[in-house]
Amino acid sequence: MACCAELLLSIDLVNADKLAGRFRKYKVILTPQKFYACEMVLEEEGVYGDVSCDEWAFSLLPLDVDLLSMELPEFFRDYFLEGDQRWINTVAQALHLLSTLYGPFPNCYGIGRCAKMSYDLWRKLEEEEDSETKGRRPEIGHIFLLDRDMDFVTALCSQVVYEGLVDDTFRIKCGSVDFGPEVTSSDKSLKVLLNAEDKVFNEIRNEHFSNVFGFLSQKARNLQAQYDRRRGMDIKQMKNFVSQELKGLKQEHRLLSLHIGACESIMKKKTKQDFQELIKTEHALLEGFNIRESTSYIEEHIDRQVSPIESLRLMCLLSITENGLIPKDYRSLKTQYLQSYGPEHLLTFSNLRRAGLLTEQAPGDTLTAVENKVSKLVTDKAADTRWNLAQISSPGKITDAFSSLAKRSNFRAISKKLNLIPRVDGEYDLKVPRDMAYVFSGAYVPLSCRIIEQVLERRSWQGLDEVVRLLNCSEFAFTDMAKEDKASSESLRLILVVFLGGCTFSEISALRFLGREKGYRFIFLTTAITNSARLMEAMSEVKA
Amino acid sequence: MDCYTANWNPLGDSAFYRKYELYSMDWDLKEELKDCLVAAAPYGGPIALLRNCWRKEKAASMRPVLEIYSASGMPLASLLWKSGPVVALGWSAEEELLCVQEDGAVLVYGLHGDFRRHFSMGNEVLQNRVLDARIFHTEFGSGVAILTGAYRFTLSANVGDLKLRRMPEVPGLQSAPSCWTTLCHDRVTHILLAVGPDLYLLDHATCSTVTPAGLAPGVSSFLQMAVSFTYRYLALFTDTGYIWMGTASLKEKLCEFNCNIRAPPKQMVWCSRPRSKEKAVVVAWERRLMVVGNAPESIQFVLDEDSYLVPELDGVRIFSRSTHEFLHEVPVASEEIFKIASMAPGALLLEAQKEYEKESQKADEYLREIQELGQLVQAVQQCIEAAGHEHQPDMQKSLLRAASFGKCFLDRFPPDSFVRMCQDLRVLNAIRDYHIGIPLTYSQYKQLTIQVLLDRLVLRRLYPLAIQICEYLRLPEVQGVSRILAHWACYKVQQKDVSDEDVARAINQKLGDTPGVSYSDIAARAYGCGRTELAIKLLEYEPRSGEQVPLLLKMKRSKLALSKAIESGDTDLVFTVLLHLKNELNRGDFFMTLRNQPMALSLYRQFCKHQELDTLKDLYNQDDNHQELGSFHIRASYASEERIEGRVASLQTAADAFYKAKNEFAAKATEDQMRLLRLQRRLEDELGGHFLDLSLHDTVTTLILGGHNKRAEQLARDFRIPDKRLWWLKLAALANLEDWEELEKFSKSKKSPIGYLPFVEICMKQHNKYEAKKYASRVSPEQKVKALLLVGDVAQAADVAIEHRNETELSLVLSHCTGATDGATADKIQRARAQAQKK
Repeated sequence: MACCAELLLSIDLVNADKLAGRFRKYKVILTPQKFYACEMVLEEEGVYGDVSCDEWAFSLLPLDVDLLSMELPEFFRDYFLEGDQRWINTVAQALHLLSTLYGPFPNCYGIGRCAKMSYDLWRKLEEEEDSETKGRRPEIGHIFLLDRDMDFVTALCSQVVYEGLVDDTFRIKCGSVDFGPEVTSSDKSLKVLLNAEDKVFNEIRNEHFSNVFGFLSQKARNLQAQYDRRRGMDIKQMKNFVSQELKGLKQEHRLLSLHIGACESIMKKKTKQDFQELIKTEHALLEGFNIRESTSYIEEHIDRQVSPIESLRLMCLLSITENGLIPKDYRSLKTQYLQSYGPEHLLTFSNLRRAGLLTEQAPGDTLTAVENKVSKLVTDKAADTRWNLAQISSPGKITDAFSSLAKRSNFRAISKKLNLIPRVDGEYDLKVPRDMAYVFSGAYVPLSCRIIEQVLERRSWQGLDEVVRLLNCSEFAFTDMAKEDKASSESLRLILVVFLGGCTFSEISALRFLGREKGYRFIFLTTAITNSARLMEAMSEVKA
Repeated sequence: MDCYTANWNPLGDSAFYRKYELYSMDWDLKEELKDCLVAAAPYGGPIALLRNCWRKEKAASMRPVLEIYSASGMPLASLLWKSGPVVALGWSAEEELLCVQEDGAVLVYGLHGDFRRHFSMGNEVLQNRVLDARIFHTEFGSGVAILTGAYRFTLSANVGDLKLRRMPEVPGLQSAPSCWTTLCHDRVTHILLAVGPDLYLLDHATCSTVTPAGLAPGVSSFLQMAVSFTYRYLALFTDTGYIWMGTASLKEKLCEFNCNIRAPPKQMVWCSRPRSKEKAVVVAWERRLMVVGNAPESIQFVLDEDSYLVPELDGVRIFSRSTHEFLHEVPVASEEIFKIASMAPGALLLEAQKEYEKESQKADEYLREIQELGQLVQAVQQCIEAAGHEHQPDMQKSLLRAASFGKCFLDRFPPDSFVRMCQDLRVLNAIRDYHIGIPLTYSQYKQLTIQVLLDRLVLRRLYPLAIQICEYLRLPEVQGVSRILAHWACYKVQQKDVSDEDVARAINQKLGDTPGVSYSDIAARAYGCGRTELAIKLLEYEPRSGEQVPLLLKMKRSKLALSKAIESGDTDLVFTVLLHLKNELNRGDFFMTLRNQPMALSLYRQFCKHQELDTLKDLYNQDDNHQELGSFHIRASYASEERIEGRVASLQTAADAFYKAKNEFAAKATEDQMRLLRLQRRLEDELGGHFLDLSLHDTVTTLILGGHNKRAEQLARDFRIPDKRLWWLKLAALANLEDWEELEKFSKSKKSPIGYLPFVEICMKQHNKYEAKKYASRVSPEQKVKALLLVGDVAQAADVAIEHRNETELSLVLSHCTGATDGATADKIQRARAQAQKK
């Protein structure tokens, strides 16, 4: 109950007021829904009578023309770490809301346990309320639900497209960012909305960072040229210019200088030797070569106390791409980490292991045998319970070893199957990207996006059985097609992608690129915007 | 037609009053009406009778019987009265019978004599007993007003939401008022009472004397008072046989009348209707009934037997042992049509239609006459309206036929008023049937609304009729048929003689998947009747599992509730059940239940993490989940323990748990942490400064920064800090201190495990080029170029790169060549490149 923390704060406030002899009326507004537990807590704390509760059933925040966020950053930890299914209902409600607005979704795909649960619950909601949507023509042709734990790798990589980089560097919150004095080149910070309205940003957001500066300077020259036009003008033209164009130009000018400032600031931080090496290491991890070298790089990273979150991220990336760390590294890296960043991170490691982000390789070939046993156990259990999804992670019975096995990432095999590491002959031209790999400098096609691409191409999971098995998701990959296809060809090009547990700007950029290539239009619905740092922070235990 | 107006009695110049029979009553009354407490509900409601055996001096030996009849005299209930003496009976707006006892307790019974609940009118009433009581109706619901033995009034304006209000005292009141009534004005209830020649008005706070405007002199006492149905008018009957009629505020007189009868009347009620022409009061004595209005003459009726008056919205019902009659002012439309020699368009149309049926040409004449005056529309409307006010179906029919006939000659007469009247009359005739016995007039029906009427039918368990009406009026299912079926089902579950199986099946057969029917509501009712098994069976039909949960909880089927809640996917619901379970089961059982429901378990764990840490521990304990138990104690050592000893103890428990979990790594790490904590504590004691809770790395760094190098090295040895880390650490710390001498010494202490490039880097970071250069020479060949570039020695870097013949290094150097100063170097590199290519 993440909300409990805030709630308890407000309770303290009430009690403090009471002690001070102040009697006031309080109102607590809970969003996105009022949980029974909240009222219970209020009651237990003895302030129920002083406080009135309201619910603000707020589920979707449109951050951009193609991006809806549920603004539930706690979803990731609650579900993927604590196994708390509380938010699934909220997701189902959000889907329900969308389907009442835009008609039924004729083609549904999904992968992941949470995706399946949300989808099932949503279907139930639809059935219970004899919705008027039934007869409606669908406006959104496809919906794709994807669990974050299907692809941790992409989320753990350093982002190098502009929007992702801005997020990594300055943290975009609810579609806006605080540019500090070093960006605004004045003495105050500036809150800037980042979306398609910002014409400058809209043109560079999906670009690889190496192109951005060139683009911006070109833009600056153009702008100057437009300003310069006024020289030869007569009075009438000048009047026209001032009344119609000048405002736009000035606006653009302001934005341009902001983004140039942001770029400079990013360059200062990211173009140093360290960053290059970091990226190099990441690419090595993704491709699976020079593992030893990468491991010592990470070790050095930890020894030098570069950044607790970064170190953790690299460790996780190593673990997932390698199907877990070999026992020796697992121990030594953890020891080093504890020595550098504090012993309380023992808990962090326990969390990461539970979530399957940082695990130990089980020795030997027995792996596959055990794996089969586990998956059989899972299937048996699933078969005889209606709400099979809830039953699986039953504690005690399936031991931790098993469950961490079930979470084997198989990244290398998947990468090979889906061709995630493009074979490059010569230089990858980042200016004219040829595939989604451009969002990671041509080194890696984001797994999540590739899955979506493949399924959309096939209109089902057919032929992807092996990949699904490698993702440990045989139970939770589903396709659901409407029997009579009333969808217009226009709507069939519209695809709603739902990320459960958050998505990164890089993924959004990659899918936007895919959309342009294949003539789709993607709309994104995410529980929150995330990036590697946010994921790691969600898993970290910090001393209270 | 002449005979039709035979029962019309003129009052004054303009109005007629008529009295007609609703039902001939064949109720088998055991007592005389006058010996009974009588209560009849308005809107054609039921009649309750209770022999008033307490009024006599001696208490009667036999217990009286409370009887409830429909308005047509059909028995609805009969029960032996076993409670205390009753002072007054009255019906609430929901047709519940309120019986006010002498001790101030009010017992509430249903229409069928089923006891519902009881409430008390307060201690004061209990002590002083009830002298008199009234049940009255306001827009809030039904109220009870009580006059106590201490001559004080207590009232509650709404028995559904009981708030007792004690009215102020009347100064100097020594005896009971001769008469009193409740008034409602501006949503506030007042009491008007008469004591001798004085009238007092009580509101919540004050008691004021009032005088009716234009009251004739010589009044020494008021014998009776009556307030109209809508609380707008008031009538007073004095000991001089004089009747004052005016507004309820007493500020305006309507009229007065002297009937010259000094005997106190048995009952006095208003007989008026909305927009009535001549408001009148009906006064009843033993054998005489008088209608009095603003006219020199009154209308008089002889009463053959004991009668009782029931005021209605638009008239007065009068029932006795053998008949039930309705007395009212003839409505305008009827008057226009039926008045002798009326030339109103409606009258002509009715005549025309009759002639038409006789195939007489007169029909055409009459019609022409109406049309010439252009009054055909009006005529049709009049006939439709008059039909509504007729009690006899024959007369309704002929009026409607006339309307329909007239309609034929109209081009564009909207049909809905006619159709609706036909429908309404069918409904009205159906409920007026003596089997049903709800004698509503058209106006009452409109005031009551169809929804309320349906409720009343349901209340009388007349489900088939109610459903027929719904279907006939094509009411939407959710408001109509489904709702009634649900009520039926709720009644059905109370039939104890039918087996659970049969009831459940019968209900499901009839209800099926009718929209708007909530099986959980029906099940709740079944449970209310003590039929838990039936309730569970019924719940099975409930498609929404979430709906089943609250009832299951109530029935203490919490485990079933839990699985249903989980099935619904609504975590909030699951949580509700969990907290129930927690209170209901003992801890062991509760945990066992959780164990089988992982989803619930994880929810509960989340809750415990924030609210009940100890429970969380127990949960892990029960599962032998030593790993989590260890984590729990680790967390505790940071969050809840303050003292070092406590923290160390906590860590020790954690370490033990980790050993049990076979997680040696964590156990060892925890033990190290214990050691570190103790050590940090000692350091703080001995050296001062802040050490606690620093990481090992930071502890050593702090020691070095504080100049405690020996201690630092000791610590590094004790905790087996790897060489590499120690070098990085020392390097950073010494550079931070800018202790270049010590740094150099350190660098020479042995061969650096991290190379010398970091030395160069860190010196440059501190802007000490001089020191940096010292180390640059010691950097290993493969990093040399980098080091030289770092210290800004481009030329030498170029030399080394050329020597290495390394293309990447060459371009790296080239990229560092800036403008004029390094021009020569750049050339040199280009040349070297060219040479390399030649080869």
